[in-house]
Amino acid sequence: MNDTASEKVPFWLDPKKRAIFFQFITLCMVGLLAYYLISNTLHNLKKQNIATGLGFLHKASSFEIGESLIRYSAASTYGRALIVGALNTLYVSFIGIIITIILGTFIGVARLSTNWLLSKLAAIFIEVFQDIPVLLQLFFWYSLFYTTLPTPRHALHPLPGLLLCNRGVTFTVPKADPAHGYMAIAFLAGCVIVYLIRRWAKKRQEQTGQLFPIFRVSAVILLGLPLATWWLAGAPTALSAPKLVGFNFTGGMTFSPEFISLLLGLVLYTAAFVAEVVRAGIQSVSKGQTEAAMALGLRPGMVLNLVILPQALRVIIPPLTSQMLNLTKNSTLAVAIGYPDFVSVANTTINQTGQAIEGVALIMVLYLIFSLLTSVIMNWYNKKAALVER
Amino acid sequence: MANIAKPSRKEEIQPPVVHVGVIGWIRSNLFNSWFNSVLTVVSIFFLLKTVPPFIRWAFIDSVWNTTGQACRHATGACWSIIPHNYRFIIFGFFPYNLQWRPLLAMIMLFVLLFFSQNRKHWNKSLAYSWIAGLVIMGLLLKGGLFGLKSVDSTQWGGLLLTLLLSVFGLTAAYPLGVVLALGRQSKMPAVKTLCIVYIEMIRGVPLISLLFMASIIFPLFLPEGVTINKILRAQIAIIMFTAAYIAEVVRGGLQAMARGQYEAAESLGLNYYLTMRRIILPQALKIVIPPTVSILISAFKDTSLVVIIALYDLLKTTQTVLSNPEWMGFSREAYLFVAIIYFLGCFSMSNYSRKLEKELSRGN
Repeated sequence: MNDTASEKVPFWLDPKKRAIFFQFITLCMVGLLAYYLISNTLHNLKKQNIATGLGFLHKASSFEIGESLIRYSAASTYGRALIVGALNTLYVSFIGIIITIILGTFIGVARLSTNWLLSKLAAIFIEVFQDIPVLLQLFFWYSLFYTTLPTPRHALHPLPGLLLCNRGVTFTVPKADPAHGYMAIAFLAGCVIVYLIRRWAKKRQEQTGQLFPIFRVSAVILLGLPLATWWLAGAPTALSAPKLVGFNFTGGMTFSPEFISLLLGLVLYTAAFVAEVVRAGIQSVSKGQTEAAMALGLRPGMVLNLVILPQALRVIIPPLTSQMLNLTKNSTLAVAIGYPDFVSVANTTINQTGQAIEGVALIMVLYLIFSLLTSVIMNWYNKKAALVER
Repeated sequence: MANIAKPSRKEEIQPPVVHVGVIGWIRSNLFNSWFNSVLTVVSIFFLLKTVPPFIRWAFIDSVWNTTGQACRHATGACWSIIPHNYRFIIFGFFPYNLQWRPLLAMIMLFVLLFFSQNRKHWNKSLAYSWIAGLVIMGLLLKGGLFGLKSVDSTQWGGLLLTLLLSVFGLTAAYPLGVVLALGRQSKMPAVKTLCIVYIEMIRGVPLISLLFMASIIFPLFLPEGVTINKILRAQIAIIMFTAAYIAEVVRGGLQAMARGQYEAAESLGLNYYLTMRRIILPQALKIVIPPTVSILISAFKDTSLVVIIALYDLLKTTQTVLSNPEWMGFSREAYLFVAIIYFLGCFSMSNYSRKLEKELSRGN
């Protein structure tokens, strides 16, 4: 056997040199392609007289936006219009995510129920809503508003305080009062206090084994603090009921048909996937875990809290997060039914200014930021939740 | 041993009647605790409230083959919208007297799909027949050879376009996804970084931004005078999008391979290409068949997004029918019809994937 190290290897057979060569070729090809596309683009832009750069953000937009969380008019800038769109995206995604998690969890648990009928109903829900494109669902709900629901004058009144008509869904809400702001602050404070108490209780339990009735105390704090604030602020009970004026309602709180159809479509579609995630998570905890915990003498609530949930959540959270991200990404379909989300506003901007590259780039950057943030949070959670082995 | 007394048939005591048969089943599956009983009653109430009115609307009071005018007087569903417009919904603007060609192409596709279901048929000749089938399908649609009249691709639409975008999209995206996955696992930093950036970027943005890119930015990329048709541009966007997702699925399969497989291949003196081609990929791709089918399902559903860039896919042709004054307002019926088509497609695929998963796990 020869000593291979002393033998001269021809450079084209040396894996290291070959790797460098391959990478050089790849980079050259990608670079050339990029150069070709960019030079074409610059040439075309010049020829078609399209401005470049983000200067358009400071110009007046001169289009109206139907729904806005902040003050906006046609005289505002494109930049502000895009912010309105981004806020609308966040708004519909945030509400959608909360309802989806609740609904999805219920359906996932129902799927595992020993009740045959309920479990089959949940299975049908999951199959049907997973297998129909979300865009079609949006169109369906949106068309229902226009073909089935009556005009405001003959609005449906299924529940007290709720009105359904083809202009949207109107709720009776408490009249705006400074007390509501205080109540929100009290609720947030309650959350912080509950978090601290839970941490303290967990530490104490690990050290001394003494239990603390966390659930009851948390419930009292979370409900009690806002209620006490409400009472201290004079217990305002005035309601703002919708009234028919002309062709539409004033007063109350109205959600537009676009918003409701978008929310309904996104929630039902994603809840079907979340239900599957929840079911898989619960099934991943083996039955022996429950039996062992019971054999140790834990009560059912504690079995759930201390044994089942920590293990199931480890399986549930990562796919759940990606479903939440999917919901946010699917909210871009708002553009098809005319809800002014970020993509919809960006689309109008592109049509008016002709600056397609900047517009699409802005969309991509916004969603890349969302998904990067999500993956940062996920990595942090995975590190925290990873099994600590001996 | 043989003389251990066996109870004779007559002595066997039957369980009480409330524990077997229909009553027993109902007791143990619907009313085994007070909570379950409440749930059952609520579910039955819900079904009674929804199912009979729906059946009444969809079947008893419905009309099936009338004009749009006659429909307006019906109290139930107006299914007439489907028989009057199904050819437009399915074939779009394809010339009316040439529609046997897309029909034949679709039948070929379904026969191939049906034949590919059985794992026993998975061999080289099936792969060749797929390639031949896709070429013939393309020829049937495009025409211009063998005396077939040429049909411009701008006239393709309806279900035809939906199937076209998903089948060709996936066929092209699969090899690209495998290459990207291999690139991501590569030891060369430049290649690896490029693949990671591509995959993560595409997966981070919504499909609609890529479709916008395809429809409005892509023409700017090309030199003057060169244009690419809109369907092809959307197809490229779908391929780029699907490839990134396939790459992640394949990467999962590659990571599941034991190190020993690579080492054994190396010790046999196989080079990189042969190691991958003969040892790693055949095993890795087999593991990831079920998740690949779910990618196929979402690709099929995602093709509906091309509506937004005004391509005439299944959803858009339906909407076009609905904008006809005669059929305006019957959107429930039309959308339900389209939903059933999508549901059948996705449901059969997901059922198949579940079956395959069972078979494959049994095989291991």
